Amino acid sequence: MTALRLTAVTAGYRGRAVVRDVSVHVPVGSWLAVIGPNGAGKSTLLKAAAGLVPSAGEVLVGGKSVAALGHRERARAIGYAPQTPSLPDGLTVTDYALLGRTPHLGPLGRESRSDLEVVSGALARLDLSALANRPLRTLSGGERQRAVLARVLAQQAGVLLLDEPTTGLDIGHAQSLLELVDRLRKADGTTVVSTLHDLTLAAQYPDRVLLLDNGEVAAVGTPAEVLTADRLSRHYAASVTVLTAEDGSPVVAPRRR
Amino acid sequence: MAKPTRLAWWHLLVVLAALVVAVVGAVLLGAIDLGWSRVLGEVWAQLTGGRSPLSEQESAILWQLRMPRVVLAGLVGAALACSGATFQGVFRNPLADPYLLGAAAGAGMVVTILVVLTPSATAFLPAAAFVGALGGVALTWGLGRSAGAGTATLLLAGVAVASFLTAVQTFVQQLNTLTLQQVYGWILGGLSTSGWGQVLTVLPYLAVALVVLCSCSGLLDVLALGDEEAASLGVRPGAVRLVVLAAASLATAAAVSASGLIGFVGIVVPHVIRLLFGASYRVVVPLSLAGGAIFLILADIVARTALAPAELPIGVVTAFTGAPFFVLVLRRRQT
Repeated sequence: MTALRLTAVTAGYRGRAVVRDVSVHVPVGSWLAVIGPNGAGKSTLLKAAAGLVPSAGEVLVGGKSVAALGHRERARAIGYAPQTPSLPDGLTVTDYALLGRTPHLGPLGRESRSDLEVVSGALARLDLSALANRPLRTLSGGERQRAVLARVLAQQAGVLLLDEPTTGLDIGHAQSLLELVDRLRKADGTTVVSTLHDLTLAAQYPDRVLLLDNGEVAAVGTPAEVLTADRLSRHYAASVTVLTAEDGSPVVAPRRR
Repeated sequence: MAKPTRLAWWHLLVVLAALVVAVVGAVLLGAIDLGWSRVLGEVWAQLTGGRSPLSEQESAILWQLRMPRVVLAGLVGAALACSGATFQGVFRNPLADPYLLGAAAGAGMVVTILVVLTPSATAFLPAAAFVGALGGVALTWGLGRSAGAGTATLLLAGVAVASFLTAVQTFVQQLNTLTLQQVYGWILGGLSTSGWGQVLTVLPYLAVALVVLCSCSGLLDVLALGDEEAASLGVRPGAVRLVVLAAASLATAAAVSASGLIGFVGIVVPHVIRLLFGASYRVVVPLSLAGGAIFLILADIVARTALAPAELPIGVVTAFTGAPFFVLVLRRRQT
Protein backbone atom coordinates (compact mmCIF):
# COMPACT_ATOMS: atom_id res chain seq x y z
CA MET A 1 0.00 0.00 0.00
CA THR A 2 1.22 3.46 -0.82
CA ALA A 3 1.30 6.14 1.88
CA LEU A 4 2.56 8.95 -0.30
CA ARG A 5 2.56 9.18 -4.08
CA LEU A 6 3.98 12.05 -6.07
CA THR A 7 3.09 12.16 -9.75
CA ALA A 8 4.86 14.59 -12.08
CA VAL A 9 5.32 17.14 -9.29
CA THR A 10 6.80 20.48 -10.32
CA ALA A 11 7.25 23.10 -7.62
CA GLY A 12 9.14 26.30 -6.91
CA TYR A 13 8.95 29.93 -5.97
CA ARG A 14 7.81 32.96 -7.96
CA GLY A 15 7.45 31.08 -11.22
CA ARG A 16 10.90 29.49 -11.01
CA ALA A 17 10.63 25.70 -10.88
CA VAL A 18 13.08 24.27 -8.34
CA VAL A 19 11.75 20.75 -8.60
CA ARG A 20 10.67 19.38 -11.97
CA ASP A 21 8.53 16.42 -12.89
CA VAL A 22 9.23 14.27 -9.84
CA SER A 23 7.31 11.03 -9.54
CA VAL A 24 7.86 8.65 -6.63
CA HIS A 25 5.78 6.47 -4.35
CA VAL A 26 6.50 5.66 -0.74
CA PRO A 27 4.94 2.48 0.69
CA VAL A 28 3.31 2.57 4.13
CA GLY A 29 5.81 2.13 6.93
CA SER A 30 8.86 2.64 4.72
CA TRP A 31 11.57 5.28 4.87
CA LEU A 32 12.65 7.21 1.80
CA ALA A 33 15.77 9.35 1.97
CA VAL A 34 16.04 12.28 -0.43
CA ILE A 35 19.67 13.05 -1.20
CA GLY A 36 21.37 15.35 -3.65
CA PRO A 37 23.89 18.18 -3.87
CA ASN A 38 23.18 21.60 -2.36
CA GLY A 39 20.46 23.42 -4.23
CA ALA A 40 19.14 20.25 -5.85
CA GLY A 41 15.64 20.98 -4.54
CA LYS A 42 15.45 18.49 -1.66
CA SER A 43 13.74 20.86 0.79
CA THR A 44 11.40 22.17 -1.88
CA LEU A 45 10.38 18.62 -2.73
CA LEU A 46 9.50 17.98 0.91
CA LYS A 47 7.54 21.23 1.12
CA ALA A 48 5.67 20.35 -2.06
CA ALA A 49 4.78 16.98 -0.55
CA ALA A 50 3.53 18.79 2.57
CA GLY A 51 1.45 21.18 0.47
CA LEU A 52 3.47 24.18 1.70
CA VAL A 53 4.58 25.50 -1.69
CA PRO A 54 2.49 25.87 -4.82
CA SER A 55 3.03 22.90 -7.08
CA ALA A 56 1.78 21.33 -10.28
CA GLY A 57 1.23 17.62 -10.61
CA GLU A 58 -0.38 15.49 -7.96
CA VAL A 59 0.45 14.57 -4.38
CA LEU A 60 -1.63 11.78 -2.91
CA VAL A 61 -1.49 10.97 0.79
CA GLY A 62 -3.33 7.79 1.80
CA GLY A 63 -4.91 7.85 -1.65
CA LYS A 64 -6.33 11.39 -1.26
CA SER A 65 -5.12 14.45 -3.10
CA VAL A 66 -3.32 16.84 -0.75
CA ALA A 67 -4.63 19.82 -2.71
CA ALA A 68 -8.21 18.74 -2.01
CA LEU A 69 -7.70 18.29 1.76
CA GLY A 70 -8.59 21.06 4.20
CA HIS A 71 -5.70 22.68 6.06
CA ARG A 72 -6.36 20.86 9.31
CA GLU A 73 -7.11 17.57 7.62
CA ARG A 74 -3.80 17.79 5.78
CA ALA A 75 -1.99 18.57 9.01
CA ARG A 76 -3.46 15.46 10.59
CA ALA A 77 -2.15 13.36 7.70
CA ILE A 78 1.32 14.86 7.20
CA GLY A 79 3.79 15.97 9.86
CA TYR A 80 6.61 18.28 8.79
CA ALA A 81 9.81 19.39 10.49
CA PRO A 82 11.81 22.02 8.60
CA GLN A 83 15.56 22.12 8.32
CA THR A 84 15.89 24.98 10.80
CA PRO A 85 12.80 24.90 13.01
CA SER A 86 12.01 27.97 15.13
CA LEU A 87 11.92 27.12 18.80
CA PRO A 88 10.32 30.07 20.62
CA ASP A 89 12.69 30.85 23.48
CA GLY A 90 10.50 30.97 26.53
CA LEU A 91 8.15 28.08 25.74
CA THR A 92 8.62 24.93 27.77
CA VAL A 93 9.23 21.60 26.06
CA THR A 94 5.66 20.59 26.92
CA ASP A 95 4.15 23.82 25.56
CA TYR A 96 6.12 23.33 22.38
CA ALA A 97 5.22 19.67 21.88
CA LEU A 98 1.56 20.54 22.50
CA LEU A 99 1.61 22.75 19.41
CA GLY A 100 1.71 19.49 17.47
CA ARG A 101 -1.86 18.90 18.65
CA THR A 102 -3.07 22.07 16.89
CA PRO A 103 -4.82 20.30 13.98
CA HIS A 104 -6.65 18.06 16.46
CA LEU A 105 -8.05 20.80 18.71
CA GLY A 106 -11.65 22.00 18.69
CA PRO A 107 -12.76 25.49 17.59
CA LEU A 108 -11.87 27.15 20.89
CA GLY A 109 -8.44 25.53 20.94
CA ARG A 110 -8.78 23.85 24.32
CA GLU A 111 -6.71 20.74 24.83
CA SER A 112 -8.43 17.69 26.19
CA ARG A 113 -6.95 15.15 28.56
CA SER A 114 -6.19 12.87 25.64
CA ASP A 115 -4.17 15.62 23.92
CA LEU A 116 -2.04 15.93 27.05
CA GLU A 117 -1.67 12.15 27.19
CA VAL A 118 -0.46 12.04 23.59
CA VAL A 119 2.12 14.72 24.36
CA SER A 120 3.26 12.98 27.55
CA GLY A 121 3.65 9.79 25.55
CA ALA A 122 5.66 11.53 22.84
CA LEU A 123 7.96 13.14 25.42
CA ALA A 124 8.47 9.82 27.17
CA ARG A 125 9.33 8.02 23.93
CA LEU A 126 11.91 10.66 23.08
CA ASP A 127 13.35 10.56 26.59
CA LEU A 128 12.32 14.17 27.23
CA SER A 129 10.05 13.64 30.25
CA ALA A 130 12.68 14.97 32.66
CA LEU A 131 12.96 18.14 30.56
CA ALA A 132 9.20 18.62 30.14
CA ASN A 133 9.06 21.89 32.09
CA ARG A 134 12.37 23.32 30.89
CA PRO A 135 12.32 26.37 28.57
CA LEU A 136 13.48 25.50 25.06
CA ARG A 137 16.41 27.93 25.26
CA THR A 138 18.07 25.77 27.90
CA LEU A 139 18.21 22.66 25.69
CA SER A 140 21.30 21.31 23.93
CA GLY A 141 21.35 20.78 20.16
CA GLY A 142 20.44 17.09 20.43
CA GLU A 143 17.66 17.81 22.90
CA ARG A 144 16.26 20.48 20.62
CA GLN A 145 16.11 18.07 17.69
CA ARG A 146 14.32 15.58 19.93
CA ALA A 147 11.86 18.27 21.02
CA VAL A 148 11.08 18.99 17.37
CA LEU A 149 10.53 15.30 16.80
CA ALA A 150 8.23 15.18 19.84
CA ARG A 151 6.14 17.99 18.37
CA VAL A 152 5.87 16.16 15.05
CA LEU A 153 5.04 12.87 16.80
CA ALA A 154 2.32 14.58 18.85
CA GLN A 155 0.72 15.48 15.52
CA GLN A 156 0.03 11.73 15.06
CA ALA A 157 0.29 11.93 11.30
CA GLY A 158 0.86 8.78 9.25
CA VAL A 159 3.51 10.44 7.11
CA LEU A 160 6.50 12.31 8.55
CA LEU A 161 8.52 14.67 6.39
CA LEU A 162 11.83 15.46 8.11
CA ASP A 163 14.11 17.99 6.47
CA GLU A 164 17.69 17.30 7.62
CA PRO A 165 16.77 16.00 11.07
CA THR A 166 20.46 15.60 11.96
CA THR A 167 21.55 19.18 11.17
CA GLY A 168 24.16 20.31 13.64
CA LEU A 169 24.39 16.98 15.44
CA ASP A 170 27.66 15.12 15.97
CA ILE A 171 27.99 11.59 14.66
CA GLY A 172 26.79 9.98 17.89
CA HIS A 173 23.77 12.22 18.33
CA ALA A 174 22.89 11.94 14.65
CA GLN A 175 23.02 8.19 14.97
CA SER A 176 20.83 8.03 18.04
CA LEU A 177 18.28 10.38 16.48
CA LEU A 178 18.03 8.24 13.34
CA GLU A 179 17.83 5.07 15.46
CA LEU A 180 14.96 6.72 17.30
CA VAL A 181 13.13 7.64 14.10
CA ASP A 182 13.65 4.10 12.83
CA ARG A 183 12.30 2.54 16.04
CA LEU A 184 9.30 4.85 16.11
CA ARG A 185 8.33 4.27 12.50
CA LYS A 186 8.64 0.51 12.89
CA ALA A 187 6.55 0.54 16.07
CA ASP A 188 3.84 2.80 14.64
CA GLY A 189 3.93 1.85 10.98
CA THR A 190 4.69 5.48 10.17
CA THR A 191 6.02 6.45 6.77
CA VAL A 192 9.12 8.65 6.79
CA VAL A 193 10.55 10.85 4.06
CA SER A 194 13.69 12.70 5.08
CA THR A 195 16.41 14.63 3.39
CA LEU A 196 19.84 13.56 4.58
CA HIS A 197 23.24 15.05 4.01
CA ASP A 198 25.32 12.19 5.29
CA LEU A 199 25.29 9.56 2.57
CA THR A 200 26.57 6.75 4.77
CA LEU A 201 23.76 7.35 7.25
CA ALA A 202 21.33 7.58 4.31
CA ALA A 203 22.49 4.10 3.34
CA GLN A 204 21.89 2.60 6.77
CA TYR A 205 18.41 3.62 7.97
CA PRO A 206 16.15 4.34 4.98
CA ASP A 207 14.75 1.54 2.81
CA ARG A 208 15.11 3.52 -0.36
CA VAL A 209 17.03 6.53 -1.59
CA LEU A 210 16.01 9.15 -4.13
CA LEU A 211 18.87 11.10 -5.68
CA LEU A 212 17.79 14.54 -6.81
CA ASP A 213 20.00 16.65 -9.04
CA ASN A 214 19.09 20.04 -10.42
CA GLY A 215 15.45 19.52 -9.49
CA GLU A 216 15.05 16.21 -11.30
CA VAL A 217 15.16 12.60 -10.19
CA ALA A 218 18.56 11.17 -11.06
CA ALA A 219 18.02 7.78 -9.46
CA VAL A 220 15.65 5.94 -7.08
CA GLY A 221 16.26 2.57 -5.49
CA THR A 222 17.76 0.77 -2.55
CA PRO A 223 20.82 2.44 -1.02
CA ALA A 224 23.11 -0.13 -2.62
CA GLU A 225 21.61 0.54 -6.03
CA VAL A 226 21.77 4.32 -5.86
CA LEU A 227 24.95 4.97 -3.92
CA THR A 228 27.60 3.98 -6.43
CA ALA A 229 30.93 5.78 -6.70
CA ASP A 230 30.36 6.56 -10.32
CA ARG A 231 26.93 8.12 -9.79
CA LEU A 232 27.93 10.12 -6.74
CA SER A 233 31.01 11.49 -8.50
CA ARG A 234 28.87 12.56 -11.41
CA HIS A 235 26.07 14.26 -9.50
CA TYR A 236 27.99 15.70 -6.57
CA ALA A 237 31.11 16.57 -8.55
CA ALA A 238 32.93 14.74 -5.76
CA SER A 239 35.63 12.18 -5.57
CA VAL A 240 34.46 9.26 -3.42
CA THR A 241 35.11 5.64 -2.72
CA VAL A 242 32.13 3.44 -1.86
CA LEU A 243 33.07 0.62 0.49
CA THR A 244 30.83 -2.11 1.78
CA ALA A 245 30.15 -2.55 5.49
CA GLU A 246 29.83 -5.97 7.18
CA ASP A 247 26.05 -5.80 6.85
CA GLY A 248 26.36 -5.12 3.15
CA SER A 249 25.34 -1.46 3.26
CA PRO A 250 27.44 1.01 1.29
CA VAL A 251 29.87 3.31 3.11
CA VAL A 252 30.62 6.52 1.25
CA ALA A 253 34.14 7.82 1.92
CA PRO A 254 35.50 11.01 0.42
CA ARG A 255 38.82 10.64 -1.36
CA ARG A 256 41.40 13.34 -1.78
CA ARG A 257 41.48 14.61 -5.36
CA MET B 1 1.27 13.72 32.65
CA ALA B 2 2.62 16.76 30.85
CA LYS B 3 1.76 20.08 32.46
CA PRO B 4 1.56 22.91 29.95
CA THR B 5 1.69 26.62 30.77
CA ARG B 6 -1.99 27.45 31.05
CA LEU B 7 -4.27 29.78 32.95
CA ALA B 8 -4.83 28.37 36.42
CA TRP B 9 -7.21 29.28 39.23
CA TRP B 10 -4.41 30.78 41.26
CA HIS B 11 -3.54 33.12 38.35
CA LEU B 12 -7.09 34.40 38.33
CA LEU B 13 -7.15 34.76 42.11
CA VAL B 14 -3.88 36.72 42.19
CA VAL B 15 -5.02 38.98 39.38
CA LEU B 16 -8.47 39.51 40.83
CA ALA B 17 -7.04 40.37 44.25
CA ALA B 18 -4.63 42.87 42.69
CA LEU B 19 -7.42 44.39 40.64
CA VAL B 20 -9.63 44.82 43.72
CA VAL B 21 -6.77 46.47 45.63
CA ALA B 22 -6.09 48.84 42.71
CA VAL B 23 -9.73 49.80 42.25
CA VAL B 24 -10.32 50.36 45.97
CA GLY B 25 -7.14 52.43 46.22
CA ALA B 26 -8.07 54.48 43.17
CA VAL B 27 -11.56 55.17 44.48
CA LEU B 28 -10.35 56.17 47.95
CA LEU B 29 -7.37 58.29 46.96
CA GLY B 30 -7.84 61.74 45.50
CA ALA B 31 -7.77 65.47 46.08
CA ILE B 32 -10.72 65.15 48.47
CA ASP B 33 -10.51 62.51 51.21
CA LEU B 34 -13.80 60.64 51.32
CA GLY B 35 -12.70 58.21 54.07
CA TRP B 36 -12.78 54.46 53.51
CA SER B 37 -15.49 53.75 56.07
CA ARG B 38 -17.82 56.34 54.60
CA VAL B 39 -17.22 55.07 51.06
CA LEU B 40 -18.00 51.59 52.33
CA GLY B 41 -21.17 52.98 53.92
CA GLU B 42 -22.12 54.61 50.61
CA VAL B 43 -21.66 51.36 48.70
CA TRP B 44 -23.70 49.53 51.35
CA ALA B 45 -26.39 52.18 51.12
CA GLN B 46 -26.50 51.86 47.32
CA LEU B 47 -26.88 48.08 47.65
CA THR B 48 -29.52 48.12 50.35
CA GLY B 49 -31.24 51.40 49.59
CA GLY B 50 -30.34 52.82 53.03
CA ARG B 51 -29.02 56.24 54.02
CA SER B 52 -25.55 57.16 52.83
CA PRO B 53 -22.94 58.80 55.06
CA LEU B 54 -21.68 60.83 52.06
CA SER B 55 -23.08 64.22 51.07
CA GLU B 56 -24.64 64.56 47.64
CA GLN B 57 -21.52 66.29 46.36
CA GLU B 58 -19.21 63.61 47.78
CA SER B 59 -21.40 60.93 46.31
CA ALA B 60 -21.10 62.63 42.91
CA ILE B 61 -17.29 62.72 43.26
CA LEU B 62 -17.34 59.00 43.96
CA TRP B 63 -19.75 57.85 41.26
CA GLN B 64 -19.45 60.47 38.54
CA LEU B 65 -15.75 61.37 38.73
CA ARG B 66 -13.67 58.66 40.31
CA MET B 67 -15.53 55.51 39.30
CA PRO B 68 -15.75 56.21 35.54
CA ARG B 69 -12.12 57.32 35.60
CA VAL B 70 -11.03 54.09 37.30
CA VAL B 71 -13.06 52.00 34.87
CA LEU B 72 -11.72 53.89 31.86
CA ALA B 73 -8.13 53.57 33.11
CA GLY B 74 -8.69 49.84 33.50
CA LEU B 75 -10.17 49.48 30.02
CA VAL B 76 -7.43 51.52 28.34
CA GLY B 77 -4.68 49.66 30.19
CA ALA B 78 -6.24 46.30 29.32
CA ALA B 79 -6.54 47.28 25.66
CA LEU B 80 -2.96 48.55 25.33
CA ALA B 81 -1.33 45.64 27.16
CA CYS B 82 -3.40 43.03 25.38
CA SER B 83 -2.71 44.57 21.96
CA GLY B 84 0.96 44.93 22.83
CA ALA B 85 1.19 41.22 23.66
CA THR B 86 -0.57 40.41 20.40
CA PHE B 87 1.75 42.61 18.32
CA GLN B 88 4.77 40.99 19.95
CA GLY B 89 3.36 37.58 19.05
CA VAL B 90 2.47 38.41 15.47
CA PHE B 91 5.77 40.13 14.71
CA ARG B 92 7.79 37.69 16.79
CA ASN B 93 9.54 40.71 18.19
CA PRO B 94 9.72 41.55 21.89
CA LEU B 95 9.90 45.29 21.18
CA ALA B 96 6.69 45.48 19.17
CA ASP B 97 4.09 47.80 20.67
CA PRO B 98 0.49 48.64 19.79
CA TYR B 99 1.52 51.82 17.96
CA LEU B 100 3.84 49.98 15.58
CA LEU B 101 1.54 49.99 12.57
CA GLY B 102 0.80 53.70 12.50
CA ALA B 103 -2.04 53.93 15.04
CA ALA B 104 -0.31 56.63 17.09
CA ALA B 105 0.95 58.61 14.10
CA GLY B 106 -2.45 58.45 12.39
CA ALA B 107 -4.28 59.59 15.52
CA GLY B 108 -1.70 62.33 16.15
CA MET B 109 -1.99 63.69 12.64
CA VAL B 110 -5.77 63.76 12.49
CA VAL B 111 -6.02 65.31 15.96
CA THR B 112 -3.51 68.00 15.02
CA ILE B 113 -5.34 68.86 11.83
CA LEU B 114 -8.67 69.01 13.64
CA VAL B 115 -7.26 71.24 16.39
CA VAL B 116 -5.75 73.55 13.78
CA LEU B 117 -8.90 73.76 11.67
CA THR B 118 -11.41 74.12 14.51
CA PRO B 119 -9.72 74.70 17.87
CA SER B 120 -13.06 74.66 19.68
CA ALA B 121 -14.11 71.23 18.47
CA THR B 122 -12.62 69.37 21.46
CA ALA B 123 -15.71 67.18 21.70
CA PHE B 124 -14.75 65.56 18.42
CA LEU B 125 -11.14 64.80 19.38
CA PRO B 126 -11.83 61.21 20.54
CA ALA B 127 -13.66 60.37 17.33
CA ALA B 128 -10.90 62.00 15.27
CA ALA B 129 -8.23 60.04 17.13
CA PHE B 130 -10.15 56.81 16.62
CA VAL B 131 -10.52 57.39 12.88
CA GLY B 132 -6.90 58.51 12.58
CA ALA B 133 -5.57 55.46 14.42
CA LEU B 134 -7.56 53.01 12.30
CA GLY B 135 -6.70 54.97 9.15
CA GLY B 136 -2.98 54.78 9.92
CA VAL B 137 -3.14 51.03 10.42
CA ALA B 138 -5.25 50.52 7.28
CA LEU B 139 -2.72 52.52 5.27
CA THR B 140 0.13 50.39 6.62
CA TRP B 141 -1.77 47.20 5.92
CA GLY B 142 -2.56 48.24 2.36
CA LEU B 143 1.00 49.30 1.68
CA GLY B 144 2.39 46.10 3.24
CA ARG B 145 0.05 43.94 1.18
CA SER B 146 1.02 45.62 -2.05
CA ALA B 147 4.71 45.06 -1.35
CA GLY B 148 4.53 41.45 -0.17
CA ALA B 149 2.83 39.27 2.37
CA GLY B 150 5.41 38.84 5.14
CA THR B 151 5.53 40.43 8.57
CA ALA B 152 8.86 42.09 7.81
CA THR B 153 7.26 44.00 4.94
CA LEU B 154 4.37 45.00 7.16
CA LEU B 155 6.79 46.29 9.80
CA LEU B 156 8.68 48.36 7.27
CA ALA B 157 5.41 49.70 5.87
CA GLY B 158 4.50 50.68 9.44
CA VAL B 159 7.76 52.57 9.82
CA ALA B 160 7.21 54.37 6.51
CA VAL B 161 3.59 55.29 7.26
CA ALA B 162 4.38 56.44 10.80
CA SER B 163 7.26 58.67 9.63
CA PHE B 164 5.16 60.14 6.85
CA LEU B 165 2.14 60.89 9.02
CA THR B 166 4.34 62.31 11.76
CA ALA B 167 6.04 64.53 9.18
CA VAL B 168 2.64 65.83 8.05
CA GLN B 169 1.67 66.41 11.67
CA THR B 170 4.92 68.29 12.42
CA PHE B 171 4.51 70.40 9.30
CA VAL B 172 0.95 71.39 10.14
CA GLN B 173 2.08 72.02 13.70
CA GLN B 174 4.90 74.33 12.61
CA LEU B 175 2.52 76.42 10.58
CA ASN B 176 0.22 76.78 13.58
CA THR B 177 2.39 77.00 16.67
CA LEU B 178 -0.42 78.54 18.71
CA THR B 179 -2.14 75.16 18.96
CA LEU B 180 1.04 73.45 20.17
CA GLN B 181 -0.01 73.20 23.78
CA GLN B 182 -3.45 71.77 23.07
CA VAL B 183 -2.05 69.09 20.77
CA TYR B 184 0.84 68.33 23.09
CA GLY B 185 -1.52 67.99 26.04
CA TRP B 186 -3.57 65.46 24.15
CA ILE B 187 -0.56 63.48 22.91
CA LEU B 188 0.88 63.09 26.41
CA GLY B 189 -2.26 61.24 27.33
CA GLY B 190 -4.59 61.55 30.24
CA LEU B 191 -7.88 60.49 31.72
CA SER B 192 -8.87 63.78 33.31
CA THR B 193 -11.98 64.31 31.21
CA SER B 194 -13.37 60.82 31.60
CA GLY B 195 -17.00 60.17 32.38
CA TRP B 196 -19.44 57.30 31.97
CA GLY B 197 -20.25 58.53 28.47
CA GLN B 198 -16.69 57.88 27.37
CA VAL B 199 -16.67 54.47 29.05
CA LEU B 200 -19.82 53.49 27.17
CA THR B 201 -18.43 54.80 23.87
CA VAL B 202 -15.27 52.70 23.90
CA LEU B 203 -16.69 49.66 25.67
CA PRO B 204 -18.28 47.90 22.65
CA TYR B 205 -15.11 48.16 20.54
CA LEU B 206 -12.91 47.00 23.38
CA ALA B 207 -15.20 44.15 24.35
CA VAL B 208 -15.27 42.72 20.83
CA ALA B 209 -11.54 43.20 20.29
CA LEU B 210 -10.46 41.74 23.63
CA VAL B 211 -12.69 38.68 23.29
CA VAL B 212 -11.20 38.01 19.84
CA LEU B 213 -7.64 38.48 21.12
CA CYS B 214 -8.09 36.20 24.11
CA SER B 215 -9.70 33.46 22.05
CA CYS B 216 -6.93 33.63 19.42
CA SER B 217 -4.11 33.59 21.97
CA GLY B 218 -3.30 29.92 21.35
CA LEU B 219 -2.80 30.63 17.66
CA LEU B 220 -0.13 33.21 18.52
CA ASP B 221 1.98 30.36 19.93
CA VAL B 222 1.60 28.57 16.61
CA LEU B 223 2.55 31.72 14.65
CA ALA B 224 5.72 31.92 16.74
CA LEU B 225 6.94 28.85 14.83
CA GLY B 226 7.00 30.84 11.59
CA ASP B 227 4.59 30.75 8.68
CA GLU B 228 5.72 27.49 7.16
CA GLU B 229 5.49 25.44 10.33
CA ALA B 230 2.22 27.12 11.29
CA ALA B 231 0.83 26.11 7.89
CA SER B 232 2.10 22.56 8.38
CA LEU B 233 0.00 22.46 11.57
CA GLY B 234 -3.15 23.38 9.68
CA VAL B 235 -3.18 27.08 10.59
CA ARG B 236 -3.47 29.80 7.93
CA PRO B 237 -0.94 32.36 9.17
CA GLY B 238 -2.11 35.17 6.88
CA ALA B 239 -5.72 34.85 7.99
CA VAL B 240 -4.79 34.65 11.68
CA ARG B 241 -2.60 37.76 11.36
CA LEU B 242 -5.37 39.70 9.66
CA VAL B 243 -7.91 38.86 12.35
CA VAL B 244 -5.71 39.49 15.39
CA LEU B 245 -4.07 42.63 14.02
CA ALA B 246 -7.49 44.04 13.14
CA ALA B 247 -8.75 43.29 16.65
CA ALA B 248 -5.61 44.66 18.32
CA SER B 249 -5.75 47.82 16.20
CA LEU B 250 -9.42 48.32 17.04
CA ALA B 251 -8.60 48.04 20.74
CA THR B 252 -5.65 50.42 20.35
CA ALA B 253 -7.72 52.96 18.42
CA ALA B 254 -10.43 52.88 21.07
CA ALA B 255 -7.83 53.32 23.81
CA VAL B 256 -6.12 56.18 21.98
CA SER B 257 -9.42 57.93 21.42
CA ALA B 258 -10.23 57.73 25.13
CA SER B 259 -6.87 58.71 26.58
CA GLY B 260 -4.42 59.99 23.99
CA LEU B 261 -1.08 58.27 23.56
CA ILE B 262 0.00 56.38 26.64
CA GLY B 263 3.32 54.69 26.06
CA PHE B 264 5.08 51.81 27.74
CA VAL B 265 2.02 49.86 28.91
CA GLY B 266 1.93 47.78 25.74
CA ILE B 267 5.54 46.72 26.10
CA VAL B 268 6.21 46.48 29.80
CA VAL B 269 3.07 44.68 30.97
CA PRO B 270 3.31 41.69 28.61
CA HIS B 271 6.99 41.29 29.49
CA VAL B 272 6.36 41.34 33.21
CA ILE B 273 3.59 38.77 32.73
CA ARG B 274 5.93 36.62 30.64
CA LEU B 275 8.64 36.73 33.28
CA LEU B 276 6.26 35.95 36.11
CA PHE B 277 3.87 33.43 34.59
CA GLY B 278 5.46 31.88 31.47
CA ALA B 279 5.86 32.64 27.79
CA SER B 280 2.86 30.87 26.25
CA TYR B 281 0.51 33.42 24.70
CA ARG B 282 -2.38 31.44 26.15
CA VAL B 283 -1.27 32.92 29.46
CA VAL B 284 0.38 36.14 28.31
CA VAL B 285 -2.61 37.60 26.44
CA PRO B 286 -5.36 37.19 29.08
CA LEU B 287 -3.08 38.06 31.98
CA SER B 288 -1.75 41.11 30.13
CA LEU B 289 -5.33 42.25 29.84
CA ALA B 290 -5.72 42.13 33.61
CA GLY B 291 -2.17 43.34 34.27
CA GLY B 292 -2.60 46.32 31.97
CA ALA B 293 -5.80 47.31 33.73
CA ILE B 294 -4.15 47.10 37.15
CA PHE B 295 -1.03 48.97 36.01
CA LEU B 296 -2.90 51.86 34.45
CA ILE B 297 -5.32 52.23 37.39
CA LEU B 298 -2.32 52.48 39.72
CA ALA B 299 -0.48 54.85 37.38
CA ASP B 300 -3.53 57.09 37.26
CA ILE B 301 -3.60 57.30 41.06
CA VAL B 302 -0.04 58.65 40.91
CA ALA B 303 -0.94 60.99 38.03
CA ARG B 304 -3.83 62.47 40.05
CA THR B 305 -2.22 62.69 43.47
CA ALA B 306 1.54 63.25 43.07
CA LEU B 307 1.25 66.97 42.33
CA ALA B 308 -2.37 67.48 43.42
CA PRO B 309 -4.35 69.51 42.60
CA ALA B 310 -2.29 69.61 39.35
CA GLU B 311 -2.23 66.44 37.25
CA LEU B 312 0.79 64.70 35.79
CA PRO B 313 0.41 63.33 32.26
CA ILE B 314 -0.25 59.62 32.78
CA GLY B 315 2.20 58.70 30.02
CA VAL B 316 4.97 60.22 32.12
CA VAL B 317 3.90 58.16 35.11
CA THR B 318 3.74 54.87 33.17
CA ALA B 319 7.26 55.33 31.87
CA PHE B 320 8.65 56.71 35.13
CA THR B 321 7.32 53.88 37.30
CA GLY B 322 7.17 51.14 34.70
CA ALA B 323 10.78 51.23 33.59
CA PRO B 324 12.37 50.70 37.04
CA PHE B 325 9.79 48.05 37.92
CA PHE B 326 10.57 46.24 34.70
CA VAL B 327 14.30 46.31 35.41
CA LEU B 328 13.64 44.97 38.88
CA VAL B 329 11.61 42.02 37.59
CA LEU B 330 14.20 41.36 34.91
CA ARG B 331 17.03 41.27 37.44
CA ARG B 332 15.18 39.11 39.95
CA ARG B 333 14.36 36.65 37.23
CA GLN B 334 17.98 36.24 36.25
CA THR B 335 19.35 35.59 39.73
